[in-house]
Parts: sequence; C-alpha cells; structure tokens
Amino acid sequence: MNDTAHIIVDDVTLAYGDFVIQTDLNFSVKRGEIFIIMGGSGCGKSTLLKCLIGLKEPAKGVIRFDDIDYWGSEEDTQLGLKKKFGVLFQSSALWSSYTLAENIALPLRQYTDIPEDEIAEICSYKLALVGLAGFEDYYPSEISGGMKKRAGLARAMAMDPEILFFDEPSAGLDPISAKLLDDLILELRDSLGTTVVIVTHELSSIFNIGDNSVYLDPVTKTQLTVGNPVELRDHSPNFDVRNFLQRGTANRD
Amino acid sequence: MDSNPRLVIEQSTTDAIVIRIAGEWALGEARPDFSETLRAVSAAGTVTFDTTALGKWDTSLITGLISLYQASSNSQTNVDWSGLPQGAQKLITLAFAVEEREGARRAVKRDNILVATGKAVLEFTEATGEVVRFIGQLAQSFGRLVRGKANYLKSDMWVVFQEAGAEALPIVSLISFLIGMIFAFVGVMQLKNFGAGIYTADLVAVAMVREMAPIMTAIIMAGRTGASYAAQIGTMKVNEELDALTTLGIDPIDFLALPRVIALIIMMPLLTMYGSLLGILGGMVVGVSMLDVTVVQYIAQTERAVGLNALFGGLFKSLVYGSLVAVAGCLQGINCGNNAMAVGQATTKAVVMGIVMIVVSAAVLTVIYINLGI
Repeated sequence: MNDTAHIIVDDVTLAYGDFVIQTDLNFSVKRGEIFIIMGGSGCGKSTLLKCLIGLKEPAKGVIRFDDIDYWGSEEDTQLGLKKKFGVLFQSSALWSSYTLAENIALPLRQYTDIPEDEIAEICSYKLALVGLAGFEDYYPSEISGGMKKRAGLARAMAMDPEILFFDEPSAGLDPISAKLLDDLILELRDSLGTTVVIVTHELSSIFNIGDNSVYLDPVTKTQLTVGNPVELRDHSPNFDVRNFLQRGTANRD
Repeated sequence: MDSNPRLVIEQSTTDAIVIRIAGEWALGEARPDFSETLRAVSAAGTVTFDTTALGKWDTSLITGLISLYQASSNSQTNVDWSGLPQGAQKLITLAFAVEEREGARRAVKRDNILVATGKAVLEFTEATGEVVRFIGQLAQSFGRLVRGKANYLKSDMWVVFQEAGAEALPIVSLISFLIGMIFAFVGVMQLKNFGAGIYTADLVAVAMVREMAPIMTAIIMAGRTGASYAAQIGTMKVNEELDALTTLGIDPIDFLALPRVIALIIMMPLLTMYGSLLGILGGMVVGVSMLDVTVVQYIAQTERAVGLNALFGGLFKSLVYGSLVAVAGCLQGINCGNNAMAVGQATTKAVVMGIVMIVVSAAVLTVIYINLGI
C-alpha cells in the first residue's frame, strides 16, 4: 500500500434536486486501501457510492481519480476511468436474461478483442475464484442469493479493475459466507493491490478488513469523522461514531 | 367470569379516576369505545388502572391505551400505569421509545380541480418533452451505430428481430384475415344492392393496403411488443441492471433500445405487407362465396384496384408506426419507477402512448398524402 491518493472527494455535496443529502464531504482513499463508507440509516451512503461510480453527479464539489476530475471530464475520459471500476451492487444486478458466464463475458466482449475461447476460460476462472466453478451456464434466477452476490463479484472483477466498489456486500449472507467474502476481498487487495471501497454496516467486516473509513451522519447531513475503524471505536471523540461502532453500548464520556 | 371486554370509569374523588379494564380483549372482536374514557382522562388530575378482572389481551387493548397515553400527555394528567399488566406497560413504552423523525410525516393534501388540471397539463408537456428528448438520444445512438461505435450485442439483435417479426406472424395472420373478411362482408351487403358486388375486391384491397393493415398491425404490435419492451426494460431498471450497464460505460439506449427500434422499423413493413395479403385473402373467401364471381375474377379486380402509390404509402406509414411503438415501449421502460406497480404502469403507458401516437400520425400522414396526391 503506497501513499498516493487514488480517489479524492473534495468538498462534495449530494442532493436530489433541492433535497440535500450530504454536504462538505472531504476525504481521500489511498491506492490499495480498503475504505469503508458507513453511517446511520438514510445517511446517503449509497448515494455517495453512486456518485463515485459515475451514476449520479454531485450537486457541488469534485471527485478525482488519480487527479482526474471525473465529472468535469469529457465522456471519453469518463469511459476510460469507468473501465477501471468494478461494482458489486446490493442486489448483485446480474443481467437476468444472460447466464453467469455471459454476464462476465459482456464487459470483456465490449471492451477487448479477446477471442471467444479465451473469454470462456476467463469466465470459468473468475467463477472459480469466487467458488462458483461449474455454474457457468446457470441463469441468475436459478441460484441462491449468496451465489448471486459471488457471481456479481466475479463480474465486477472481469476486467481486473483497479478499484472495486461494494454496496452492502454482506447483506443477506450467512456469517460463514460473509467471512469468506471478507477473506476474498483481502486476498484481492494483497495479491493485486486493488483499492476497495465498501458501503456497509456489518461491524465485523468493518473491523476485520477496513483500513480507513468515513462516517456519514443523517441528522447533520455531513461527515462526522474519518479514520481507522478500530481506532474510531476505541478513541473517537464523537459519541455517535463510537456508539455506532460499539453497537449502541458506548458511554458518553 | 364474563369474558366480554369491558371498560369502566369510576370517579374515586373529584380529581381522580380509576379505569377498570376487564374481560378478554381480542383483535377482530368488538371493542369498547374509548372516547368517553379519553374525555375523562383529559379532564382528570390523576388516573389509575384496575385490571384484576382482565383476562387475555392483545393489540386491541394496547392501541386504546396508547390513545389514552397521548391524551394524558396533552392534558398533563398524572397517570399511574402500574395497574396494567407488565407486558402492556413495556409495549406502550416501546411504542414511544424512538421519536418520530422530524419531517417524516407527510400531509395528505387533495388538490382542488384548478390545481389538478394545471398539474395534468404540466405533466403532459413534460411527457411530450421526454419523448422528444428520447428520440434525440436515439438519433445519437443511430449516429454511433453508423460510425460503428454503438455498444450492443449482435447476438441479442437477432433474438429481438425474431421476437418482433417471426413470432408475431400468427396473431397478425389471424387479425388481418378476419378484418379482410369483415370488410368484405360489409362491402358485399351494401354493394350488392347496386349490382356492384365485384367492387368489394377494390374495397378490401384498398382499405387493407392503404390503412387497415398498417394501423391494425401497429396496434397489435403496440399491445404485444411495445408492452413487452416496456416490461422487460422496466424490470431491468427495478433490478438495477440498467445501472450495472451504465457503470460499465455501456449506454442502455445503445444496448437495449437501439436493437429494438431497428427491429420494429424493419419488421413492421414486412408484417404489414403480409397482413395486407392475408386481409385480401380473407376478403376473397367472403367475396367468392357470397357473390357470383370466381377466384380469378376477384384476383384480377384486386390487381386493378391497388397501385404502387397505395402500396408504398401504406408501407411508409407502417414504418413510422413501428418506430413509434418501439419508442413508446423503450422510453417507458427506461423511465420506469422502482417497484412492481411501476412496471405495470410503464407497460400500460407504453401501450396507450403507442396507440395514441399511431392514431395521431395516421391522421397527419393521411392529410399529407392527400395534399401530395398519393
């Protein structure tokens, strides 16, 4: 993990029309870091994620990837940046009329000239990585929720992205599957140096794998703090943050 | 013990009341009226409860007690809750544990007729704007297609073509054939009186080729394919599949709408020609059986009646209608809301919008044709 900032969120405000969700967001994510976006219900974590992956423009502020202003750039530049992202949506968002292999193959077919047989190999490899070897020809409707998530992750990894974004990855997963997912994320970061941004409130994952984090507050509609989750839990001067990380048992000192 | 639920108020002193709750309270059964009790609680200084004769209870009791709680806090009456069963006390505390979030409650306002009309007009202009914007985006997509830069899967395109074309043949056959028969029937009934029965062939041929085949085929496709597009794309929207495409840098309009619009633009004229043919056949069956003409005579009369103007005029109309149906279907799908009801609404809007646009453009094109002498 080196010290260069991979993603910089600079004075960002998120809003739907006149309805402001978050303001004055300022934080950065280092290359190879596992960064958690957390906060109380309705604080706008998913909206922030949408902003980072190019689905919703911020009402104010700049989002930089390696110093390139995403929302201020031309479409071609934006497309170049998007190719470096992999996104796992909360509902996995697999394309329901394609098989798992076709889901993974789509970005490969769109953006590369890799021949079909190599594409098939890559799809099998990615599925095997997430523990779904042999399920290439299954449709999303034929597999369980946990399997869909893993297939969604395999698709997010199809183009060997530099940044992986996760929206509530452990939602709906049993504890063992959640732990396996954590392990997989760590493995990806350690072997490939992938930067990972995770929106979650699964405390065990946050402490297990989070290097750095930002806490968004739904009442004041801004970020309360940035820092390593374990340190925030033990030493944050902010009661809401400690209370969140201690699952409601914090003392008000 | 009498198991009927009972609520009795007893005035113990001038300022204090005791509320006796007795019997068995069950959801779904008749419940005593709380309004007198509410008044009494508001007026009293202190309230206590006596539940010695209370048997089983459930939510039906709790909701009543909650209204008492609210009344007592408003009038600042002192209430001693200890006379209630433990479980009831806990449930009441739980109900008020999390304060109502400020700004969460929505006031249900009914607009008066003036406001409602205004809103409807604004919605209509917005909807028209949406259509124009979508057609613009489609045009850009076509531009990318021509330059070879459009993002879609060729294998998908063929599936869409088959669905919009070959699979529609049965229903188009049925309806066109029957309409041809109906026209012929009506024609024969009237024209026979003038000894001009043979001109039924003209009637059926011209009506089908010029107007009926294009419009009926288009309306069939609006209900069949336009609705299907809206439902398919709308469900993808609800499942965030469109977002997944966008994050990959694939424009959903390139990927989903473009193949479907192209499919209908190509298939509609083909289906219309086929429909015209079947309509003429249907008319022939009726004409030959009800009149004193042979098949050969009927066909010859038909050939004389339909000119190239009529044929191409009809085919061009079908091309326009086809694109409108596809636009309506894809637009409503892409603009779909976020739940199951929204998919239903999108499907309905796609069909209605498609049909309205077909009929309006039918009128416009007819006027143009008349002025051009086609």
